[in-house]
Amino acid sequence: MTRALINTPKQAQQGEVIEIRAMIAHVMETGHRRDAQGAAVPRNIIHRFQCLYDDVEIFAADFYPAMAANPFIAFSTVATTSGVLTFAWTDDQGTIQRATAEITVV
Amino acid sequence: MALKHGLAAAVLALLGAGGLVAQEKRSGLDYMTPETRAMQEDDMSNPGMLFIAEGEGLWQAPAGAANIACSGCHGTAAQSMRGTATRYPAIEESTRRPIDLAGRINLCRQTQQKAQAFPAESPELLALTAYVAHQSRGMPIAPPADDRLTPYRKSGRDLFERRLGQLGLSCAACHEGHAGQRLGGSIIPQAHPTAYPLYRLEWQTLGSLQRRLRNCMTGMRAEPFAHGAPELIALEAYLMSRATGLPIETPGVRP
Amino acid sequence: MTTRPTLAEAVRGFTGNRDVRPGRVKLDVPPLVENGNAVGITVTVESPMSANDHVRRIGLFNEKNPQADIAVFHLGPRAGRARISTRIRLASSQTVMAVAEMSDGSLWFGEAQVIVTLAACIEDLL
Ligand code: HEC
Ligand code: HEC
Repeated sequence: MTRALINTPKQAQQGEVIEIRAMIAHVMETGHRRDAQGAAVPRNIIHRFQCLYDDVEIFAADFYPAMAANPFIAFSTVATTSGVLTFAWTDDQGTIQRATAEITVV
Repeated sequence: MALKHGLAAAVLALLGAGGLVAQEKRSGLDYMTPETRAMQEDDMSNPGMLFIAEGEGLWQAPAGAANIACSGCHGTAAQSMRGTATRYPAIEESTRRPIDLAGRINLCRQTQQKAQAFPAESPELLALTAYVAHQSRGMPIAPPADDRLTPYRKSGRDLFERRLGQLGLSCAACHEGHAGQRLGGSIIPQAHPTAYPLYRLEWQTLGSLQRRLRNCMTGMRAEPFAHGAPELIALEAYLMSRATGLPIETPGVRP
Repeated sequence: MTTRPTLAEAVRGFTGNRDVRPGRVKLDVPPLVENGNAVGITVTVESPMSANDHVRRIGLFNEKNPQADIAVFHLGPRAGRARISTRIRLASSQTVMAVAEMSDGSLWFGEAQVIVTLAACIEDLL
């Protein structure tokens, strides 16, 4: 189950710069920790985040272990046409979690 | 404001003789930096809200041999669970002993859903407990006027005031004697359990009040009581009665 | 344990030995944080964000964590504004640096110092 919270305006003026905020549940295991038995805990972080606006990438990020658990990111885009924003987070185990948000541009 | 301070000063003068400094009741929220406060107060930046979303999903998911969801009996949580968290721990009628909110939820899971209890601190139990407690956000803590709770609150208070562990400290020594002062990098709060389960930055996840109490015991170099131990329930019952009137914040954020 | 690259070495990995000038990049981060596990940070770059004058990439680096890289953000004119907020981990008090690569290939940096205090009453690993 994807546990993500996306915050975007539902409606915007054409040409307006809108803020997008996205947060997802993920441990972001650094790979630098040891468990109670002293064994290294393998790294498992979301290493890639992408945001597409009607299937065109408008923002992406590469993450390293210094990103906080349950990663939060806020960025912006210019509202162009009514459409769908798609978010994708890819972790070290290859799991891709997705979420979408619709926007109406007037 | 001036009146409030005047009153506080008067109470202080009255209790001054007792050695403890009486303070206005304040949530741990009031002692945090503006940045950590802002993280809690904006739902879109509060990581605890991710767990509330999961709790909502669990609330609606049929489970157990009875294959029934919490919502199947309780309907909309916003109505049926509004105010519930303000009055826990409460006496559980079948055992006539106090039970905390997580324990009450697990009871329904076992007796109503006919499912296995969730383990202490499991993500599911934390998410459901946080979701139920969230329905009381903003409502004042209002422990039940139930005489059967009195002995448990009293034993919780005794524990709070007793010296524990190798450092010979009591909970009260820090949380009443020195609340508002710095301990290393942290400010000592008054220890009001207003916001549980909460997202602690130190944990990087959601955790229960019992986990928090166990952490303080570790800090005192005392052997922490086991999860679910009667001592922890008694401490919870005392701390909730001590926090009467403060608003529920779940899901809180703390350093 | 292998030693981590210095901050300067990590930045060079991003810039490939090209000149990096101070300016145009602003880091907003609290000077003192209660816990290094989630430090809010905002990077703002002065740029019109137009088709022929915009920010292409922003690299974020730390001085003292086990690993120097924090994140690399990829953006373009469709961002409208070059401002990104996120939350990072800082193992101790240290310098954080952001480097922006512009569409003309020029590189700019900004930095900030953060003091990280340690939490009391923490637990050992479960
Ligand atoms: C088959 C019906 C049924 C199901 C399913 C069920 N419950 Fe209950 N629940 C009850 C009954 C009956 C009570 C006792 C009501 C009373 O005492 O007023 C109760 C009481 C509670 C209480 C205490 C309410 C209070 O006011 O003190 C909580 C909290 C609770 N349930 C949570 C849950 C959760 C969470 C789930 C899902 C994991 C759940 N219940 C599933 C029937 C159910
Ligand atoms: C040495 C001082 C000290 C002692 C003794 C101590 N604590 Fe704490 N306690 C703290 C500090 C400091 C914090 C806040 C730490 C932080 O958030 O990083 C805290 C936090 C708490 C909180 C969380 C409050 C909130 O806002 O969520 C509770 C509850 C609590 N303590 C209860 C107890 C109990 C019960 C005991 C005794 C078993 C105890 N403490 C003993 C220093 C102490």
